[in-house]
Amino acid sequence: MSTPYNFAFLDENTKRMLRRALLKAVAIPGYQVPFGSREMPLPYGWGTGGIQVTAALLGPDDVLKVIDQGADDTTNAVNIRRFFGRVAGVATTERTADASVIQTRHRIPEIPLREDQLLVFQVPEPEPLRTLEPREAETRTMHALADYGLMHVKLYEDIAQYGHIATSYDYPVMVDGRYLTSPSPIPKFDNPKLDRSPALMLFGAGREKRLYAIPPYTRVESLAFDDHPFEIQRWEHHCALCGAGDSYLDEVVVDDRGTRMFVCSDTDYCSQRRDDATEEAA
Amino acid sequence: MSALLQVRALSHRYGRRIGCEDVSFDLHPGELLCIVGESGSGKSTLLNTVAAQLAPTSGAVRYHQKNGDWLDLGALSEADRRRLAREEWGFVTQNPRDGLRLNVSAGANVAERLMALGQRDYGRLRDIARGWLERVEIDPARIDDAPTGFSGGMQQRLQIARTLVTQPRLVFMDEPTAGLDVSVQARILDLLRRLVNELGLAAIMVTHDLAVARLLAARTLVMQGGRVVESGLTDQILDDPQHPYTQLLVSSVLTT
Repeated sequence: MSTPYNFAFLDENTKRMLRRALLKAVAIPGYQVPFGSREMPLPYGWGTGGIQVTAALLGPDDVLKVIDQGADDTTNAVNIRRFFGRVAGVATTERTADASVIQTRHRIPEIPLREDQLLVFQVPEPEPLRTLEPREAETRTMHALADYGLMHVKLYEDIAQYGHIATSYDYPVMVDGRYLTSPSPIPKFDNPKLDRSPALMLFGAGREKRLYAIPPYTRVESLAFDDHPFEIQRWEHHCALCGAGDSYLDEVVVDDRGTRMFVCSDTDYCSQRRDDATEEAA
Repeated sequence: MSALLQVRALSHRYGRRIGCEDVSFDLHPGELLCIVGESGSGKSTLLNTVAAQLAPTSGAVRYHQKNGDWLDLGALSEADRRRLAREEWGFVTQNPRDGLRLNVSAGANVAERLMALGQRDYGRLRDIARGWLERVEIDPARIDDAPTGFSGGMQQRLQIARTLVTQPRLVFMDEPTAGLDVSVQARILDLLRRLVNELGLAAIMVTHDLAVARLLAARTLVMQGGRVVESGLTDQILDDPQHPYTQLLVSSVLTT
């Protein structure tokens, strides 16, 4: 290759280390595996964990899609996609169905994923108990002993303060009935998509140096109380562009008089629906 | 009646310094034992060693579990220690801010141990929390207030509610009334006496206040320099002290 980089930027030893950690993560669903996170050419918090996982997974024949809050055309998504296009020479796409590896920040695509697809999450804080328990040694012991009563304290507080479970993103889940896991800051709307998903889901936290995984068809439950069951967000609106009533909607302010519209957060889903509608009309 | 807890020749050393040395006693179900002594006499070290929070340097502590088995606390795994602390024991610290979770509401503090045991019905948790706030004389309307807004005495009562809500069999208390003014102390002691009787729980309480021992405890250990110098019925020790140190301790109480 004429580029000064190894294929997919990271050296082969680093990729091997990452793959070994990923194998361990897949073997113990939801368990946070420590790994030697590398310096990447973007700042912590911009997806250094996800980008390292993607680098370890990519082969020359892969097709990469990168989304940021559901959108293919935001700065973060565009730059990571271009980065791998340059250092790995892989094909990139914006179509969910065409991608073999999808790196995502804070969303799961609306189109159901398949067994031959990999979903890579960027994770800022892999420890779901961190806001309640600042000591790492303590949270690790709690995971080891499955001592998770504390997590319900947070949900209790939500109901006590707001009358319902107000946690709307990064909603804690139990993976395979064993490990309490952060699904990364996806809206809780996406939590049901984690449950028994055909696609392998991998999570990378670069700053915190942790990897974890939800293998295909693994049971994933969102925590709740018996009398306050888990619920996803609902809207009174449909998407203003494609009319979808089943997707996660963003509220967009369109002028300085407070006019707003609701549009699909998944840009690929939205544009495909609009294309389909034009074809039907034609 | 068989003992709940057997302590045999228990010692804990901090390097070459003695924490507590060669302590033996039995605790029976429903009994409240006081450990008195001046500061630095090893009271808290003894309590923490018995409660398996410090590892003993030598000696043994055996605990009679709910299921009838004896458990050697020296060989206790971390998992078992946490299970005991969660299901069968309670620990009330001197400073309520150490024992409470200050960033969540009073109700969540009371309900936490229940949730740790798997209670998942929000409405029921609320009812139990309200009931317990009432029992420790905190207005149930303050269930959603943060404990940081409570007075010292209220915080201590909240910690007691939070500890007793799971009806533990054995409670460890480390000077629960120290640092509170006298009238608040009296109310908390009164409350403790009532709850201990109602729930029939066994307790070990560390205090430097002989009046507390007289009010609450059937039996008392007197410690000096890490060793138990005298032990027996509280009234007997306080009315007819045998050891010179106990005599000094009893005679130095202000009488009005």
